[in-house]
Amino acid sequence: MVDWSPIFISMKTASLSIFITFFVGLIVAWGLIKIKNDTTKIVLDGIFTLPIVLPPTVVGFFLLYIFGVRGPIGSFFVEFFAYKIAFSWPATVIAAVVMSFPLMYRSARGAFEQVDTNLVDAGRTLGMSEWNIFWKVLFANALPGIISGGILAFARGLGEFGATAMLAGNIAGQTRTLPMAVYSEVAAGNMGEAFNYVIVIVIISFIAIFIMDYVTIRKEKQWR
Amino acid sequence: MSDKLLKVDIHKKLKEFDLDVDFELKKGCLGILGPSGCGKSMTLKSIAGIVDPDRGIISLDMGGKTTYFDSDNKINLKPQKRNVGYLFQNYALFPNMTVEENVAIGLGKNHDGTVVSEMIKRFHLEGLEKRYPRQLSGGQQQRVALARILAYGPDVLLLDEPFSAMDALLKEQLRIELVNLLKYFDGMSVLVTHDRDEAFQFCDELIILDQGKIIAKGKTYDLFENPKKVQIAKLTGCKNISKIEMIDDYHLKALKWGIELEVSEKLSSNITHIGIRAHDFAPAKKEELNSFSAVNSKKLEMPFEWEITLENGLWWKVEKQIRDHEFEIPEYLKVDPKNIILLEE
Repeated sequence: MVDWSPIFISMKTASLSIFITFFVGLIVAWGLIKIKNDTTKIVLDGIFTLPIVLPPTVVGFFLLYIFGVRGPIGSFFVEFFAYKIAFSWPATVIAAVVMSFPLMYRSARGAFEQVDTNLVDAGRTLGMSEWNIFWKVLFANALPGIISGGILAFARGLGEFGATAMLAGNIAGQTRTLPMAVYSEVAAGNMGEAFNYVIVIVIISFIAIFIMDYVTIRKEKQWR
Repeated sequence: MSDKLLKVDIHKKLKEFDLDVDFELKKGCLGILGPSGCGKSMTLKSIAGIVDPDRGIISLDMGGKTTYFDSDNKINLKPQKRNVGYLFQNYALFPNMTVEENVAIGLGKNHDGTVVSEMIKRFHLEGLEKRYPRQLSGGQQQRVALARILAYGPDVLLLDEPFSAMDALLKEQLRIELVNLLKYFDGMSVLVTHDRDEAFQFCDELIILDQGKIIAKGKTYDLFENPKKVQIAKLTGCKNISKIEMIDDYHLKALKWGIELEVSEKLSSNITHIGIRAHDFAPAKKEELNSFSAVNSKKLEMPFEWEITLENGLWWKVEKQIRDHEFEIPEYLKVDPKNIILLEE
């Protein structure tokens, strides 16, 4: 009998984490392009990009340090909410958000920077509010790049393994996501079970990439 | 009609030089003419509020006075509140919006569409309402940009090198179009350009800017007829400029060309150069006033002009018909004393 729980857990984790990553990445990217000081920009960019270049276990180590029961945030939650973040389902979301964030942030930033600054200035001289300029001009014209960043981040979150293992562990029915399940089944010698999970993950990832390319190409064609 | 007044007096430190510009405009079109990178666009962007000057005042009086910028009183109005129309070099149409949506964008939420359809009609954009900017020609894009600006109803129109990125043919057509379209606009406008023809065509008054400093201001006709300074003569398109040596009150030697000339105005010690426009020469006999030898000249044929380069470096342009392909360069040329422009360094 196939255990469906890793599929549900993974979908739940990937969906919630992309929701968070998408908006936070967008806002951080917008904030960063507005910074005029180059040094500040470079330092912040380095910090935001770090998770993608560090080994996932190292990121997991830091997360455990922060969210563990003795860590600054972890102990806060234990004390005030009597809740242990480490090795719980929310920990899978935290790991996925942190690991997928750089992809979203970098794509969004690149897409924003591609938008002609004259368009923003034109919007301002035409009396558009900053909020309208962000959505109707900056966001709308950067949309193909933002969507591809979002989908890449979604796929990255879905495939997250190392940091999740460190922070959330591999508890069946709670924190065992699809990549964890593949690992566990292989470790237990159940190649057939592992294969089922592999198929599911390949299909979901491919569909995500397909949607990304489809939407991007459609949008760009429309304006040509 | 109430008195209108646009007042600009701004200072800004830039990488290469300091920008110091001040002018007042009461009506019509003011041109800012200068070589690229002289601070022209920066001035325009300061008026629009896209760039902040370090200090100074920008204000507009249209019956009631609006201060756009005042560094002493810490006033810096957002571009959204300045009510200026800015025509960008590349028009800056929103590529994700149709022509209709672009024109309507400055109108806010509460408009009934009549302004949009009126503008579409006025700028001959019927049938193109649902098109995206990339599907339009350069001329159509410019019309959409102007329709969008005028629908917004600005007090001041700012035109930033509107023809710089165009081929010669399109440029000619659009200039004529823009002159006509601007007739619909009764406010003031400021045009920035490095092209003397554009400045001459559009502007009643001119400012000549170099390295961030105003080197001349005045009526366009005056500046072209009597440039007074070497730099201005160059910018207004005077091809022949030479350093001089004074012989007496009315006679000088042009050092670059090695010829002696008589002038109609009395020379003074601060006149260091003279300028002669390339069209101001005429064939002559040897003994005539201000004549000089034109032997060994080279000629270059243009569709409607002969460009003659004399051995001594002078340029002479002669109009011609398209079918004429022969031209005999005379042995001597002359220049009328009143066509010699006296210049200061």
